[in-house]
Amino acid sequence: MDRRKYLKTLAVGTISTGVLLESCKTETAPPPPPPPDPVKAQGGHDRQPNEVEHFKKITGEKFFDDHEMATLTVLVDIIIPRDEKSGSATDAGVPAFLEFIVKDMPRHQLPMRGGLKWLDLQCMKKFSNPFVSCTEAQQIEMVDAIAFPERAKPEVRQGLAFFNLLRDLTATGFYTSEIGIKDLGYEGNRANQWDGVPQDVLDQYGLRYDERTLAESVKFDSE
Amino acid sequence: MADFQIKKSSKVYDVIVVGSGAGGGMTAYMMAQAGVKTLLLEAGPMYDPAKNVTQMKWPWESPRRGASTTFRPFGDFDAAYGGWEIEGEPYTQKDGTRFDWFRSRMLGGRTNHWGRISLRFGPKDFKRKSIDGLGDDWPISYEDVAPYYDKVDQLIGVFGSRENLPNDPDSIFLPPPKPRLHELMIKDAATSIGIPVIPSRLSILTKPINKDRGACFYCSQCNRGCTVYGDFSSSSVLVKPALNSGHVDVIANAMVREVVTDETGKPVGISYVDKTDLQEYQVNGRVIVLAASACESARLLLNSRSVSHPNGLANSSNVVGKYLHDSTGASMGGILPKLIGRKRYNEDGVGGMHVYTPWWLDNKKLDFPRGYHIEYWGGMGMPGYGFGFGMQNLNGKYPGRDGQMKPAGGYGASLKDDYRYFYGATFGMAGRGEAVAREDNYCEIDPNTVDKYGIPVLRFHYKWSEFEVKQARHMKATFEEIIQKMGGVVTWGKSGPEDNYGLETPGRIIHEVGTTRMGNDPKKSVLNPYNQAHDCRNLFVVDGGPFVSQADKNPTWTILALAMRASEYIIEEMKKQNI
Repeated sequence: MDRRKYLKTLAVGTISTGVLLESCKTETAPPPPPPPDPVKAQGGHDRQPNEVEHFKKITGEKFFDDHEMATLTVLVDIIIPRDEKSGSATDAGVPAFLEFIVKDMPRHQLPMRGGLKWLDLQCMKKFSNPFVSCTEAQQIEMVDAIAFPERAKPEVRQGLAFFNLLRDLTATGFYTSEIGIKDLGYEGNRANQWDGVPQDVLDQYGLRYDERTLAESVKFDSE
Repeated sequence: MADFQIKKSSKVYDVIVVGSGAGGGMTAYMMAQAGVKTLLLEAGPMYDPAKNVTQMKWPWESPRRGASTTFRPFGDFDAAYGGWEIEGEPYTQKDGTRFDWFRSRMLGGRTNHWGRISLRFGPKDFKRKSIDGLGDDWPISYEDVAPYYDKVDQLIGVFGSRENLPNDPDSIFLPPPKPRLHELMIKDAATSIGIPVIPSRLSILTKPINKDRGACFYCSQCNRGCTVYGDFSSSSVLVKPALNSGHVDVIANAMVREVVTDETGKPVGISYVDKTDLQEYQVNGRVIVLAASACESARLLLNSRSVSHPNGLANSSNVVGKYLHDSTGASMGGILPKLIGRKRYNEDGVGGMHVYTPWWLDNKKLDFPRGYHIEYWGGMGMPGYGFGFGMQNLNGKYPGRDGQMKPAGGYGASLKDDYRYFYGATFGMAGRGEAVAREDNYCEIDPNTVDKYGIPVLRFHYKWSEFEVKQARHMKATFEEIIQKMGGVVTWGKSGPEDNYGLETPGRIIHEVGTTRMGNDPKKSVLNPYNQAHDCRNLFVVDGGPFVSQADKNPTWTILALAMRASEYIIEEMKKQNI
């Protein structure tokens, strides 16, 4: 089962611990819940044994420490905030996606960790606080300095590379989430009979299907 | 290993087939139809697209959102078990050259996740030496294969349009889907500058052809395998009915080690290691058919040495492993500004392009001898890992939804809207061309290296020639022309001589053929015109190895037709007691 559902089962369990504690005073702590099924945890679809092994291995490790994760959580919501159409990056589970993806793709680890460190050092120099402890205005000032490749000053160019990477991963994490797919308006991934570009769209671009195409293309009206 | 022994089965099969992809699957199917007692060996596990399912999964159902891994190089939902690197099964390179080798270890092999591009060879494709003096002619012609193309079309199903082109023969077609929006734009632009764009020819059922398979429902996920068997995979279309006939046994997870011969040098069976218990087994058969994929079958022959065959089985010509060639590939892509801010609708379609460009020029007027076809993609596909990457290279170049320019990159509400705004406006195109088969492009046995089963591995030696580089240059120039005419902007793929015009590394197109080529002269070929080994009458090869040349067309449809033809021959010869 996925992490969110797993956490919910824990919450349900804790409601009754008050009752349990009384009767369990002299017993050992309740056994830990069984580890999640790695095939189900990966989505429940077809997996080979070597993939299951790999997943178990990397999800058994932790990469970002609490401070780094807190910093990332602030950053991703600056990159993709909640708006009238949909939730924010954290609403879409982007921080957890980042934790997984850097373990799955170790090539991201150094640029992410180094970038976060660089960011904190910049903030220490300027505001005497790490990024996550700065005021909102200070945080935005810092992001402004590294979010625009054509405008970044030479002395903060290393931050550009980090922010470009973080923007990419945040966008991917957001728009491949359930919230993000809905926001984007992707209408596929369902069984249908594909009968070509809708007429109003053809009209919009001044295009049409010629007689021959109409005659020989698959038809869905009969049989 | 005190208990080490080779377990010999007492059952003698009429036919043993090694490999269950296009060629092996077709052979098993044909044998089943004729009631011939057959054993099909497959190096990978059993696989059924209806049971081993990744189709219709949303990107968030993968923790990496569909990104590729070493285990699944074409994406997390791709059906392939295997890839470029398989743990414990290395291959090596020689003299600083490079060939990348893709292996799909599963019932049905690569036919489970391939592009379904199903093109007949044309008459010229069998006689290239007669046309341009390069390479060799096939010992057979289009007329020999045409009846089998017909049968394959009807058995498996392929859509397309009747075009009556001289070297791209029509199949017996199911109706094609209509072009998508960007495909209409490509078609208009390309045809206005003399480049044809016609419906593609894919083995996807737009109409049902039998009760065993469903029709396509346009989810565009053929590479994930289809739960209703709407597209062609050997596993579902050929092996499944073969198994149901009762005449065919399948042993999966069987890594074949060598072909076993008797004291006269005649093939009598197969020895393999069972991957599940790591024990050695031997089975005997009257006829041996190799279909393990071009390089893997060559490897098998070269590893099947004996006193009678010191150079490897069926290799008196010394040609096994040689004349290896893959398709060329080069690509380019960009954005169509008129598609920015587009209306949403379902644009999935089938699992591939709805239109393509068959080779249209006369090579006599060009500086390279062979042609290529063009494949197209783009539009509003399902997001996966990589969606949105590089927005800073895009959103500073075009006015936003408010009609205003803004600095590239950024963050926040306006960035979030940029991803929506630019969605579906990208496209790409790729050429797939014919390379000239050369004797000094080959695979051989590495004298120093064995895989984890103790089987000597392959070592590759492969270089593109000037012909392929010039062909790639032409591809790039053609793409730029089409894109410019279309009003598109190239964002990736411009290249020059310093990187061979973006010519893909050999092997990357995964159309490798030629390693056990057929011919009339036993001194220069491994097989005769019926895929039968010159040296051993009861040995056949039916994967891509027998190809003398590859054409500007994907090999699979021809592999299927030749395997069907060879199967009929085998059945006849067995009836006559000739083998």
